[in-house]
This record gives sequence, structure tokens and C-alpha cells, in this order.
Amino acid sequence: MNLRRSGAIVLRQVALMRSSPTRVVPLVAWVAVDIVLWGFITRYLSALGSRGPDFTLTLLGAVLLWDFFGRIMQGVTTAFFEDVWSRNFLNLFASPITVDEYLAGLVASSVLTSMVSLVVMLALARVAFGLSLLTFGLPAAAFLGVLFLFGIALGIFASAVVLRLGPASEWLVWPIPALLSPFAAVFYPLHVLPDWMQVVALALPPAYVFEGLRAIASGRGVDGDSLLLGALLALTQIGLAAAFFSRIFRGAVRSGLLARYSAESVA
Amino acid sequence: MNVHGTRPGAGAHVLEVSAISKSYAGKAAVEGISLNVSAGEIVGLLGPNGAGKTTTINMILGVLQPDAGSVRIAGADLGSRRAEALSQVNFQAAYAPLPGNLTVRQNLAFFGRLYLVGDLHRRVQTLLSAFSLESLADTRCGLLSSGEQARAALAKALLNRPRLLLLDEPTASLDPATADDLRRLIRNLAMTERCAVVWTSHNMNEVEQVCDRVLLLARGRVLLEGDPRLLPGQHGASSLEALFIKIARQPLGEGNPA
Repeated sequence: MNLRRSGAIVLRQVALMRSSPTRVVPLVAWVAVDIVLWGFITRYLSALGSRGPDFTLTLLGAVLLWDFFGRIMQGVTTAFFEDVWSRNFLNLFASPITVDEYLAGLVASSVLTSMVSLVVMLALARVAFGLSLLTFGLPAAAFLGVLFLFGIALGIFASAVVLRLGPASEWLVWPIPALLSPFAAVFYPLHVLPDWMQVVALALPPAYVFEGLRAIASGRGVDGDSLLLGALLALTQIGLAAAFFSRIFRGAVRSGLLARYSAESVA
Repeated sequence: MNVHGTRPGAGAHVLEVSAISKSYAGKAAVEGISLNVSAGEIVGLLGPNGAGKTTTINMILGVLQPDAGSVRIAGADLGSRRAEALSQVNFQAAYAPLPGNLTVRQNLAFFGRLYLVGDLHRRVQTLLSAFSLESLADTRCGLLSSGEQARAALAKALLNRPRLLLLDEPTASLDPATADDLRRLIRNLAMTERCAVVWTSHNMNEVEQVCDRVLLLARGRVLLEGDPRLLPGQHGASSLEALFIKIARQPLGEGNPA
């Protein structure tokens, strides 16, 4: 594996963002809208009663982290879509770049773009609504890391789906975070879900993250087992997603899909 | 144009294609094509539309896996040593323009990194100059004319000083003067840097002028092979173009026009 080739993908992404504000605005615009909207909702809920949970921490904090997860996943898929939109597969994959190097480049691009989003989110939440993730202490960084890993896994999986089904399948990818959120127990404890939904939730690392953060917020301390389980699950899913992408790629080389990849050539 | 590099001469067969075949939905696109190209040799791949030229090129580029047969580039098997083999190749094709959302310079830098080109900045400058692209260096490729895009793609094709260069109708969108410059550049490249070249074209005069050897393909098979200046006489045709037309119009199932 040669990291210079992965770096080429990252530098390409930087060049595209520098030359196109339309690529930068989505990194901050939607997360800002979410923070403002949920910031006022939590402020209103907090004003309704003096007792009960800290809504700013449990709701706005959850929104912030869930948005962060979405940005990571989109960071991977957007970097991949740059090659889809510019029909670059032939030039790209006729070069010596390997699938592993390419995926590493997509992930590194996502780190870059999601960090931009995270900084804006944290600053806005702190300045406008007084939310600081430091309230959770150092474990928050570890939980954030688990969300990051799961975002990477989903981003790679979503890219593989689009590689297989074609550019028109983009619409399948964007709503994935919204589809997962009811299962991930982002805004409510896991136990309020029906049994079958809890079974699904246990396969999703975010469920462990948000349960863990709620435990910290309510003073029950850090659940190290949940953190470890969530991390192991996310790492396994990254491995599975990368294997899935490689399999789809090999299939595309075998079938000729890669050489003819366009909106018209795949159903 | 001048893209003089520093690579010394290479070994005998840079490209070894052994009996490759490819079918789509049971229909053969390429059937048992074998092809060797030596260092410094320019081989023309000719044939009517649907003859299997692009399918063959895609298999040599590793973006299409043959159902049977093998491809070796500079001694490296494409199936088992893909990255090593592809680092020795580059290509240009009208159907694979450089990404339109990057400038010419950004594209050359991007692909230069993928091919691990040393002293990249200087190499990019050399190629921008060689293809008269300096004034367009900071223009997005999507805004270039088709001729300018072809020149930019050719510059990309030479970034890594390839030992094997695949050119799929490289002069199709170039004006006659630029096309002539390109033909001389490629001949010069083959001669001085011992680069092996596979060239497809529908311009038979160009093929006679540039290629040392041609393969005439039809229906996925090699029907004729030889010196483009001698083949017409050997097969009772007045010119290479006449021979091409004869093959293109040959009914299915007939093997040899001679």
C-alpha cells in the first residue's frame, strides 16, 4: 500500500473544495441549521420545567453527534461521487492505484471534511446555546471515535452500492442516516424501543455510543464495556464494508461495468 | 513538441497478450486474440466498429477481466501483479477525458501522484510546454475544446514515461497540424525512449505513416497481421483502406480475405 496514492485522492478533494464554494457550503450549512433548530427546541423544553433531564446536553448533544456521524459518511461518499460525476473510473482504475489505497484516500478525505463540520458545530453549539462536549469529559472523544468508525463503514458500504447499481442509485445513499436513527437510540434510551428494534440496535455502534453518553450525562459514569463493544463492532463493519467494496469492484472489472460506467450503462 | 525523458532502452516484449477472450451475455466480443509488442515498436489495432479493439485495450488496461488468456506488461502478469504492471502503462482515449472539474495542472498533478512520478512539478511543466498547454494550465478541463482535451489527456498519458502507451484514436479531434506534431512525437518517443505503442485509428494514411505493424480485427478475432505498407499488396487490395473496407464488409464466418 502506497500512501502517496491515497494522498492524491485527498489533495484532489482539497483542490476541488478550494475552487468550488458549493462544495464547502454543505459541510457547514445543514449542520448549522440543525444546531439552531434543535438549540431553540431544547431551550424551550428546558424552560417548561426545572426538573428532568438536561435537554441541552441530551438532545442538542445528540443532534450534534448524529450530524457529525452523517458528515463522516457523506465525506466518504462525496469523495467517491467526484469520480462518478466526472466519469473518472477508467482513468483512475487504469492507473496503479489499488482498491485499498483508493478507500484509504476516501476515508482520509472524509476525516478532513468532517473535521471542518465538527469545528463549526462545536463552535456554534458553544457560542449560541452554551453546549460543550467537554461536559462529558475525555470519554466523549472515545465515543466520538466509535461514531467516526461507523460513519466510515457506512460510507464505504454506500459507495459500493452506487458502484454496483450506478449513479442513479445516489438517492438510496443520502437517507441512510435518517433510516438508521430510530434504531440507533439517538434521542431516547434503548429500552423504550420494542424488542425487535432493540435487536437491530445492538448491531449498530451508535446505539452503544448514545447509551454511553446518556449514562455519563446522568452521572452513572463511563460504561467501558459498551465503548469497547461499540468500537469492535464498528471496526468489524469497516472490514466487512471494505471487503464488500472489493467484491463489487472485482465484479465490475469482470462484467465490464467499470469500463462502461455511466448512468446509461447500469440499471 | 519535446518530451525527452531519461529512460534507457527496454527489453524485448513489453506487452504480451496471450489468447484473451471476452464474452458479454454469451456473445463473443473478443476471441483468442494474441499480441506481442516490442520496445520501440508501434502496433496499429485496426478494425470496423465492434471489432473488439476497445475491449482488447480495456483488458490490457486492467479495467476489464478476460474470460480466458493472460496479459503481461514488462514481465508482470496483470492478473496477479496489477499495480506493478499498470505502473508501466498509460493511455489516452477520446471516451476517457480527464475530469472536467479539475484544471489541466491539477489533473496532471493528481495522476502524477497516482503514478508516483518523481519531481512531479517539473514533469508537469515539461508536459504543459510540450503540448502547448501553458496558457490553459489553470483552466478546468471541462471548459476545453475537444482538441485541447485530447492534448491534456495525451500529456497525462506520458506523465509516468510509460513503457507501454495505448492510444485509442488519439488524433480524432486534433487539427491536421497538431495531429502531425503528435505523430512525430510518438514516433520520436518510440525511437528514443523505446516506448511500445498500441495505436488504434480509422485513418489509414496515418496508420501507414506511424505504425510498424498492424493487426486487422473483425468480429473479435485477428484476421490479418503485418506491415501496413505491404499488407494491401499481399491481399490483392489497392490500399490499406481498400483492404480495411473489404474486411469490414466480409460476411460473418469468413476467416481470411486473401
